[in-house]
Amino acid sequence: MIWLPLVRTQRCEIVEGEQKLTTAGSTVTAGHFGPYGGRFVPEALTAALDELDSAFRSAIMDPSFMTRLAALERSYTGRPSPLTRAERFAEHCGGARIYLKREDLNHTGSHKINNAIGQALLTQRMGKSRMIAETGAGQHGVATATAAALLGLECTVFMGEEDTLRQALNVVRMQLLGAEVISVTAGSRTLKDAINEAMRDWVASVDRTHYVLGTVTGPAPFPEIVRYFQAVVGREAREQIKLAEGRLPDAVVACVGGGSNAIGLFSGFMDDADVQLRGYEAGGDGVETGRHAARFAAGSPGVLHGARTYVMQDEWGQTIASHSISAGLDYPGVGPEHSWLHDTGRAKYEPINDDEAMAALALLSRTEGIIPAIETAHALAGAMRVGRELGPTAVIIVNLSGRGDKDVATAARWFGIGAPAGIEMAEGR
Amino acid sequence: MSRRLAEIFSRAKSNNRAALIGYLPAGYPTAAASVELMNTMVDAGVDAIEVGLPYSDPLMDGADIQFAVAAALAGGTTTDVVLDVVSRLDGERAALLVMSYWNPIERYGVARFAARLAAAGGSGVITPDLTPEEAGPWSAATLAHEVDTIFLVAPSSTDERIKAVVAKASGFVYAASTMGVTGARRQVGAGAEPLVTRARRLTDLPIAVGLGVSTGAQAREVAGYADGVIVGSAFVRCIRAAPDLSAAIAAVRGLAGELAEGVRR
Repeated sequence: MIWLPLVRTQRCEIVEGEQKLTTAGSTVTAGHFGPYGGRFVPEALTAALDELDSAFRSAIMDPSFMTRLAALERSYTGRPSPLTRAERFAEHCGGARIYLKREDLNHTGSHKINNAIGQALLTQRMGKSRMIAETGAGQHGVATATAAALLGLECTVFMGEEDTLRQALNVVRMQLLGAEVISVTAGSRTLKDAINEAMRDWVASVDRTHYVLGTVTGPAPFPEIVRYFQAVVGREAREQIKLAEGRLPDAVVACVGGGSNAIGLFSGFMDDADVQLRGYEAGGDGVETGRHAARFAAGSPGVLHGARTYVMQDEWGQTIASHSISAGLDYPGVGPEHSWLHDTGRAKYEPINDDEAMAALALLSRTEGIIPAIETAHALAGAMRVGRELGPTAVIIVNLSGRGDKDVATAARWFGIGAPAGIEMAEGR
Repeated sequence: MSRRLAEIFSRAKSNNRAALIGYLPAGYPTAAASVELMNTMVDAGVDAIEVGLPYSDPLMDGADIQFAVAAALAGGTTTDVVLDVVSRLDGERAALLVMSYWNPIERYGVARFAARLAAAGGSGVITPDLTPEEAGPWSAATLAHEVDTIFLVAPSSTDERIKAVVAKASGFVYAASTMGVTGARRQVGAGAEPLVTRARRLTDLPIAVGLGVSTGAQAREVAGYADGVIVGSAFVRCIRAAPDLSAAIAAVRGLAGELAEGVRR
């Protein structure tokens, strides 16, 4: 069985009867990105992945599917999302011209809804009645629960126990939306273990269940499908920046956990060699401490969750538990396309430590009146570096991938805030 | 291709029974104890030992095996320890196999792993998350060292898929009895027999059924249509439930004996 990538933003040509794609001068075939990607899964899932692959390919050639997707993007998600110039924040970015792609303004508060609605429509198309999802920060879980409610599908979300605690608000949101949230107590009790548990559910329930993977990881065709539904971010941003500046940006910047918001933005500029692609992964307490999620800075190629990609692993190939203050970036693997973009040099990746991200979160809040998610704050800290590097003539787009409401408890602890001033005085009496 | 597995299956067939394959993770509860427990399985009539290589993300395994491999990893079980365990098993009476998720083998180096396994007396490797499409370098390495490559087929596999899988397989074909993860179940999946029937039309390799077999009665049922019966979680449960090593050995001996009786036709 062959699964062929076909992505709207890439050029296609037929070579020796096999469809091939060119991405930044490289060739992508059969679910691989250079040596990365592929399918490393139990045989029991192969039939479901083949079914998904053919449902996806027929759906995107079907005008009724595409019309429905576009209508939901417009009237339900609220697309297109604005591109906001951030002038006061830009003063801290070497004076560069900074634009924020406002995925935080989507319904449910992040880019995750783009993929969840697309895959929910695929679930319906395959005649399945139940969706499962993994979630770290809870944003993908909320998006999937939302799409399930909208389309009348059952929904179960797997979430590491540690993440259910630090993103408690999103647990309640999912439950209000009618989803069952299962707290995963295995392993590191974070996103990695939630994916393991979702896979175990899926292999036993695949007849009526679709696994809505939330990022550009996992076995083929997931990285390609998620990229396809997130590519709307980059397409819109490209048109918007041309209107605003009359030219393409010098750099586009995103945070990278699994990497779906980054791929969504990057894909709009992949073939524009003069546009730098910059990804920021979680440096946690610092790469030198070992407590981080810096796959490119400190990982190596391996296989995790069905794909060959950069993985945090020990000398025996055992996965090393990651750490980040951001639940959404706290993952020891990364999307295989990012691994390829890293190796080819098309994109550049750097770690941002917890403290640098939290400083950027506070800065954007106070300079622009926008409270970003902690994941997104890593991209903002990255933009500050890129802006200083490129200088005041540079045009930079940052993917404002999600809003920070879910993170207020973590932020309150970090900054030692939360008690209004008057209450402390009353207690002192 | 190794002759060892072929011998095991033909020996069982000439005795009018299915081959019995027993799984335990290396290093559980300790490396030395796992050697003792696996050799006890051989004493009690198990034809092939499937030595589990503990992995941090065992996404095909249920609660019992997850528990055991986590304990083995916490106890310091590395790939070298697993190979050492293999070398200490009774390879005269039983065929020795390793069951491993793909990443530890890739990390160790496919050629190095195949060579060291063969040197330790191992004759095959079961790779539950390696698809035939990704198996090119592995096939080359194992061929050079006469190590069998055992792949899985599942009730959801189309005939076309089964053909692709058996084309890369040697030793035997592992038929997953059910759609799900490892773990003892009250009944063997209804999909197992039709799967074996379909696979038989597409390969001459022996076919062994695993996932969910835990009792002598279930082993007898499966031996009625398959060439081999694979039992894993039930052995792990015996050990988890035992208060100490000697009780675990007695329980493993008892279960292996019951299963060995069960596979007689």
